[in-house]
Amino acid sequence: MSLLPAEWTALLYLAVAVCFILALKGLSSPKTARRGNLVGSAGALVAVITVFLSVKLDNIPAILIAIIVGAGIAAPIARRVQMTQMPQLVALFNGVGGGAAALVAVLELGHTDDPWVRVAVVFTMLVGAVSFSGSAVTVAKLQELITTRPLLFPGMRWVMSATLVAAIVACGFIVATGSAGWAIALLVLGLAAGLLLVLPVGGADVPIVISLLNAFTGLAVAASGIVLGNVLLVVAGTLVGASGTILTRAMASAMGRGVSGILFGAFRGGSTAGSTTQSDRPVRSTGPEDVAVLLGYAQRVVIVPGYGLAVAQGQHTVAELATALEERGIQVDFAIHPVAGRMPGHMNVLLAEANVPYESLKEMAEVNPEFKNTDVALVVGANDVVNPAAKTSPGSPIYGMPILEVGDAGQVVFLKRSMRPGFAGIENELLFDPKTTLLFGDAKDSLTKVLGAVKAL
Amino acid sequence: MDPVTLLTIVVLAVFVGFEVVSKVTSTLHTPLMSGANAIHGIILIGAIIVAGQASDVWILAVALLAVVLATANLVGGFVVTDRMLHMFRARKPPADTNTDAGTGTGTGTGTKGGAQ
Repeated sequence: MSLLPAEWTALLYLAVAVCFILALKGLSSPKTARRGNLVGSAGALVAVITVFLSVKLDNIPAILIAIIVGAGIAAPIARRVQMTQMPQLVALFNGVGGGAAALVAVLELGHTDDPWVRVAVVFTMLVGAVSFSGSAVTVAKLQELITTRPLLFPGMRWVMSATLVAAIVACGFIVATGSAGWAIALLVLGLAAGLLLVLPVGGADVPIVISLLNAFTGLAVAASGIVLGNVLLVVAGTLVGASGTILTRAMASAMGRGVSGILFGAFRGGSTAGSTTQSDRPVRSTGPEDVAVLLGYAQRVVIVPGYGLAVAQGQHTVAELATALEERGIQVDFAIHPVAGRMPGHMNVLLAEANVPYESLKEMAEVNPEFKNTDVALVVGANDVVNPAAKTSPGSPIYGMPILEVGDAGQVVFLKRSMRPGFAGIENELLFDPKTTLLFGDAKDSLTKVLGAVKAL
Repeated sequence: MDPVTLLTIVVLAVFVGFEVVSKVTSTLHTPLMSGANAIHGIILIGAIIVAGQASDVWILAVALLAVVLATANLVGGFVVTDRMLHMFRARKPPADTNTDAGTGTGTGTGTKGGAQ
């Protein structure tokens, strides 16, 4: 079989790169986003066909089987996963991508004598391995297979430093000699570094780490493009690296944190000590009928949804409640914190799933000045994103995070399962405020009861 | 490849990445992450090349593992992003996006009816 000429290959790869840029560009509006994603996936398909036509390949049947296996595993998972589990899934796919890049680089080591290419090889291996094991830890934390609290052991920072020094030494040997033994050592060191990097990160900061690791995998893929002399890998990897970096910084500023503070904050001590015990201070709890009266005779209601809502699968019920209140002539908006849910934009996805139109979803900067004119703020399964400790308590792990100022509203109603502190493990002073009312119970049950009571008004 | 050309490409790609992503609405940050995630699954073509040039059975085994992982990243990433974006819809479907929004509203009513 004759192979595709090099010019054709280059042009096809260029077209694919343009498809990827259009895929990202489409996300500037929900109207164009889906089409953009389809263009991106079509580009990926063209790229895979091109590689079969342009490079002399052996083992084609085995490769095709491997592709079918990979797609056969991933597609059903992607199709069936709960929207609440989206962060884990993104982290999982990111990790396997990083792992693939590291493996490709190891195998290419034997094919090159150029020391500069070997630099790209060690970079890909190290960053890919960090991304793989780091992502594995984030999946375990998000799935709550391990504790969401920062995990530290005495002398951890020294172990971390020693690992990094050893990794740099291994990189040096590989660049100088191309030794396969050192390459395996570097992979092991990279995996260890990923674990040590992510274990000390607290649960609330995990989403930012996912985005950072996404950028890492992008950079690893770009470097692997240099190793293989493939421009498409360079362009696609760099795009993801750049976009991941921007997104990581945007998220970190939405939480009022520096990226280095998130990664290394636990090492500095003190800041991660959230309360673990339930408080037995008195709170004002009430029944669903009272909440319905508060809501039904208000003029302006802002609903603040949090992860607890998603856990209880109450998105559809809260959407119905909003409709019922709107039918009574009440203005209802949803206030979405940038990190509501467990990754940025997560709550938007969950409410979109419940058919809430995206115009009703108000961003923090837009909605915060409006709480003063709000009669009732209904906080459903959210805690950390409305916790005033972020403003008032400098020792708190969430100190400096911009919050939704629900305390400015006339009345605050919390629907909560228990007095257990939120994901970040910090007590919320607002719960004890005189204008706060609590309705205990599963978010969906409580919403269903409140909805029934509102309809009966 | 000529290192200077390569550097040119990298620098331009960095700026395109910054430019494009800074325009993404924060409503879509989750699909952005999963979409960007899908794009780096293109490492699949690297894995295919390495597997196609493997002479040793162990090298082939490792390369095929890379193909499986990369395919999972690429296919899974695009599928799940599509699933998420399918759910975003406007209050009143505007005339120009009639087909997409039309089917969307249909499904929406169905789900809601079931929940009531």
